[in-house]
Amino acid sequence: MSVPVLEMKNISKSYYGTQVLKEINLTVKQGEIHCLVGENGAGKSTLMNILFGMSVISQTGGYEGELVINGDIREFGSPKEAIAAGIGMVHQEFMLLPGFSVTENIKLNREVTKPNFVSKVFGHKLESLDRRKMAQDARTSLDKLGMSIDEWVPVAGLPVGHLQFVEIAREIDKGNLQLLVLDEPTAVLTESEAEQFLEVIQRLANSGISIMFITHRLDEVMAVADTITILKDGELVKSAPRQSFTIAQIAELMVGRKVQTSGRIGVHGKPAKDGGAQKRLLEVRDLKVNMPGERLRGVDLDVFEGEILGIGGLAGHGKIALANGIMGLYPSGGQVRFNMIDLPLNNPKAALDLGLAFVSEDRRGVGLVLEDSIANNIVLTSMQTQEKFLKPGPFKLKDITGIEEHARRAIQQFDIRCTGPDQIVRRLSGGNQQKVCLARAFTQEPKLLFVSEPTRGIDIGAKTRVLELISELNRRFGVTIIITSSELAELRSISDRIAIIYEGKLAGILAPDAPDVAYGLLMAGKSPEEVGVQ
Amino acid sequence: MKDQLGKVYRAIGLPRLIISLFLLALIFVALGTELSVADLLSDSLVRVGMNGIFVLAMVPSIQAGVGLNFGLPVGVICGIVGTLIAMELSLIGFGGFFVALGLAIPLAIISGYLYSLLLNRVVGQEMMVGTYVGFSVVAGMCIFWLLAPFKNPAMIWAIGGSGLRVTLTLADNFAGVLNSSLAFKFLGLNIPTGLLLMLGLVSFLLWLFFRSKPGVAMEVVGRNPRFAIASGLQLNTYRSLGVVLSTVLGAVGYVVYAQSFGFVQLYMAPLMMAFPAVAAVLIGGASTKEATVLQALIGVVLFQTLLTVAMPVTNQLIQGNISEIARVIVSNGMILYALTRTTGGEQA
Repeated sequence: MSVPVLEMKNISKSYYGTQVLKEINLTVKQGEIHCLVGENGAGKSTLMNILFGMSVISQTGGYEGELVINGDIREFGSPKEAIAAGIGMVHQEFMLLPGFSVTENIKLNREVTKPNFVSKVFGHKLESLDRRKMAQDARTSLDKLGMSIDEWVPVAGLPVGHLQFVEIAREIDKGNLQLLVLDEPTAVLTESEAEQFLEVIQRLANSGISIMFITHRLDEVMAVADTITILKDGELVKSAPRQSFTIAQIAELMVGRKVQTSGRIGVHGKPAKDGGAQKRLLEVRDLKVNMPGERLRGVDLDVFEGEILGIGGLAGHGKIALANGIMGLYPSGGQVRFNMIDLPLNNPKAALDLGLAFVSEDRRGVGLVLEDSIANNIVLTSMQTQEKFLKPGPFKLKDITGIEEHARRAIQQFDIRCTGPDQIVRRLSGGNQQKVCLARAFTQEPKLLFVSEPTRGIDIGAKTRVLELISELNRRFGVTIIITSSELAELRSISDRIAIIYEGKLAGILAPDAPDVAYGLLMAGKSPEEVGVQ
Repeated sequence: MKDQLGKVYRAIGLPRLIISLFLLALIFVALGTELSVADLLSDSLVRVGMNGIFVLAMVPSIQAGVGLNFGLPVGVICGIVGTLIAMELSLIGFGGFFVALGLAIPLAIISGYLYSLLLNRVVGQEMMVGTYVGFSVVAGMCIFWLLAPFKNPAMIWAIGGSGLRVTLTLADNFAGVLNSSLAFKFLGLNIPTGLLLMLGLVSFLLWLFFRSKPGVAMEVVGRNPRFAIASGLQLNTYRSLGVVLSTVLGAVGYVVYAQSFGFVQLYMAPLMMAFPAVAAVLIGGASTKEATVLQALIGVVLFQTLLTVAMPVTNQLIQGNISEIARVIVSNGMILYALTRTTGGEQA
């Protein structure tokens, strides 16, 4: 047995006191396909950043543990050093110049040159390009991948799938490549392209290059992996050969955590499953939302009056687009009926007029006017759409005392920690800003409230309070709530039902107390029946 | 005590502190020369009143998120046309003044709206585009002044008999109607009551507007367009409203300016009219993103007083005409300073 290409020994890393990686040990052998799976935030990217010497790591205090490449302990200060050591990386976003040809992209900054008259006088920086040699090199790399595309075509017109191959060809062309890291390479590919892609990486692995493959698609993992490593909350759950896993087990290990599924269903005595007797408040049919990076490709969903519906799924699969689409903030198509009335899409005013409210995931960008006071932020939307907080009379002057009184009540009710209603919102902490957003939405007295990522970027104490507030709005005032979150545990703690979105479509709806396996599978695009789990 | 001082300092801001101190120093210097300080201050009051509305015109465009209205000449031209028609009709006194306003305002609404349609197509570039719109309109109107069918012999070239003169006097129409009404002398100062009341009235109306529903909506559009969309507001509607208001204030400002100045200057004269107003509102503490009526007023007082006092005082001290150069450096330097900073507000 030869020396492993990569060994990670007891790697730990924390950002500002939050531990994101805890004593990770893993080994990648030569010519092996090593799959790394885990939810968003499990620590995969951080691990890869450490491996690749990204500056975020050194700037935040470095890491603990050892990185052993081919038997030598290494610590990379920059990606350049990592590349020199034979590590290549293909990112999710393509880093190619569209106007350049395939060859030029592959050879970018590593062009083959030959001396000429000028360079003999002024130095080798002025040597001319050896295009023949460059094209040959590019061809060789492409052939290794089994790619038939011509090396001289410009990258601009190539299909997405081919771009991925050009990126890989570039890595191979570096010559000393030993370990290739692929970060969710198949996310942008069609099914047939993905299949072809998997063949290519197998071929690469057979030629002796080790591959670290990060993906959310579990069938791909089962198809190509030699070894599978599962990360969860910064810890390594299990690392073992593929044969020792089933899809269901991977799914369960990925998701499972100490969830205290609250007794919400029992307490409120509401039927968690589709009860025919309940009134449908919102009917969504074939909703498509063109939100960059979070595209929704046709979702059918019913929301019942008085429930809290959770929307979950991995980042980039479109869960956030549902609320943004219905509220008219991104171009969308399909049918949405609210309270038996057709809701016109792409029209924020219409949605607000019908009694919908939205707490955006982009708190600072969409949710607040940062330079304005707490009081104004709370009343602005209601004032503009419902003519509240205006003095009677033809001039529609704002009712300063009314606004301040309302703001004081809201500050108390929502427990906003501030110096007073006049404080500028920018100066508040994330959690208190979020409470201002909720207070604004609540001031609109909505029938249906969308809350997106309510706890993102706020501290733990405020998190609990925000979630309590949301469920209080539901319980005391009967507001139907659709809450979108990346944190499954959070959804499971307050929702009646949870819809999982996978690749822009509804994968399924689960009860909050459904087993971890079911969640893991739906988030990976598998229905539980398909795999044979109950 | 220290905290209190700090608070006051922060509220005033360093630039305004420096300018105020400089202004005080100039006045002290003036006391030591043979210049009449009372006259200097009287002149300053008149100039504040003359230019105040131009400066106020910057507030709605900034608050609507369009930035400084460098296209102010669009409004100024409307004011000129209104004034010219009142002159053509040989109207005198307040009658002439109000007819001029009554004609200028609808014209400004129409041209301001058209101008805003253009600005809504060049989001992010409004100030640059506005500057050139101003220049083009002024140049284009030169042809109009030559061809316009005005017949009043006091207005057209004496020889040839067609086309308007470069400088027209308002002495027979409504020159000084505001300046002289209710005017009184106080401690040797001439107080142009009517003129200052007019500025006060316009300021009050504008302040009231920003407390009304559309005014609040306009502020939201300017401060955070994405929040505004999510609150169901149409961005372009409020941006247009801001530009129209600014243009109307430009037109009203011109009529007030002309009655005080006593002349109407045509052809290339309105070309640079936006710049002193821009400089003044910035000196007052506004940024390209935030401006209040109060900042506009502070700005016009500081800027115009500085100019009025600085010119004769420097002429006394230094031989030669350095003061005009100093004025250009101060006003353009101020614009440059303010455009390079994005924060404004308390830190400006």
